[in-house]
Amino acid sequence: MSLTGIIATLPETLVIFLKTFIAVNILMLHIAYVVYFERKVIGHMQARLGPMRVGWHGLLQPIADGVKLFFKEDIIPSSADKPIFYIAPVIGVVAAISSLAVIPMWDGFSIADLNIGLLYILALSSIGSYAIILSGWASTSKYAFIGSLRSAAQVISYEIAMGMSLVGIMLLAGSASLSDIVTAQQGGVFNWFIFKQPLAFFVFVMAAIAETNRAPFDLPEAETEIVAGYFTEYSGIRFGLFFMAEYAGMFIMSAMAAVCFLGGWSGPIPGVPGIVWFLFKVYGFIFFYFWIRATLPRYRYDQLMSLGWKLFIPLALANIVITGLVKIL
Amino acid sequence: MTLVQGFFIYFAVAMTVLALLVVTRKSPMHSVLWMLAFFFHTAGLYLFLNAEFLAAAQIIVYAGAIMVLFIFVIMLLNLKKEETERKLQKHWVAGLVVSLVLMAAMVKILSGITVLPPLGEYSIQFVQLQGNLMTIGKVLYTQYLLPFEIASVVLLVAIIGAVVLAKKRIL
Repeated sequence: MSLTGIIATLPETLVIFLKTFIAVNILMLHIAYVVYFERKVIGHMQARLGPMRVGWHGLLQPIADGVKLFFKEDIIPSSADKPIFYIAPVIGVVAAISSLAVIPMWDGFSIADLNIGLLYILALSSIGSYAIILSGWASTSKYAFIGSLRSAAQVISYEIAMGMSLVGIMLLAGSASLSDIVTAQQGGVFNWFIFKQPLAFFVFVMAAIAETNRAPFDLPEAETEIVAGYFTEYSGIRFGLFFMAEYAGMFIMSAMAAVCFLGGWSGPIPGVPGIVWFLFKVYGFIFFYFWIRATLPRYRYDQLMSLGWKLFIPLALANIVITGLVKIL
Repeated sequence: MTLVQGFFIYFAVAMTVLALLVVTRKSPMHSVLWMLAFFFHTAGLYLFLNAEFLAAAQIIVYAGAIMVLFIFVIMLLNLKKEETERKLQKHWVAGLVVSLVLMAAMVKILSGITVLPPLGEYSIQFVQLQGNLMTIGKVLYTQYLLPFEIASVVLLVAIIGAVVLAKKRIL
């Protein structure tokens, strides 16, 4: 491609930049307010009010928190490996946000419709585990180290179950592109893959909770045992970046559940725009995350590992075999 | 210089620099991280050749699994001695000679290579139309089914072997 060729592709490139800009900004706002949403939901579930002081019913709380985190001192332990300590939270955020590129939000809108969309998300979620491992190692603190070892083992184990639960979806849709998967679920609520793949849905939901280190699988950051796990030594905006990565990860996992099992942008009532359905499903799923957190106590570590390896992985494998058989017959 | 050449030159230069960084860093952890960056560039090169599946597999398998294993070993061994030692030990001249000879041989062989046209029906347009993933899957599970199965059995043997070695009492 010569210079004129580059100029000819400029409008397309600009559109991609614009789409990325919009999506990332919306995600950032979403992260700020999903923290507020969580505090409110958990508060009311525990018969409290949640944040009330900043703004009407605490609506400005996320902004106050963000400003506070930005201006706090960035403390680095003297024995830390500085370059790795600096870069670890950035890896986490970048991996979580880049996954957004392939999520189809409504008909025809995704930043990049890759034909390896599902694999791309799995690849990035495995990169996300680097943030946890490296931050724990670079902090040279025992709590951070234990937290990161726990988390690495947990994320790697549950990644297998998650990846295999999605194989059934790829088999049914005949494609790994996320927009093809949504297209395969069009035509009525009963075409959604949650009805054809209930077992895979169950495994995916559980694995998604473990992947994002949320309660009841939040052993990497079990406050009562290891202070805060891998980000114990972090402060200021770097601590904020870990938070951002966790909530962005939750958004991506909820979006994956909506796209792969709940029909993405399609809905039962015609005339409602696709983005409304999509966001409705995503926020429903995020609410489910909070609900589980408020309801269930934390697992013990050996229970978590045996659950992952002895129940979820065999279930996911059985699901692949059954789906394959049904597809052939 | 066209855009294609520009991309290729970037990848080639960056990969060489990254490979040098991997072997010259003092801290093993830093070496592993440069290696990670190297794998990303390899994946980029695959993408550039329209091999999307290979690029994704490169990231999932090498960056997501094998490098994590490396990091685990480094974390648990706590290699402080390695960091204080000199990286370039007295054998470095011999190493340089061997690698230069190897490079000369590679240049000699690769300069005489001719690129064959796509085999059978698998032209570039055909692969793009059908999708990279589907083409690889179809070829792998029909034409090369037996080698594929043999490879998976070999991997299974390795897994069972690891379990047998690690377990004190079997059954």
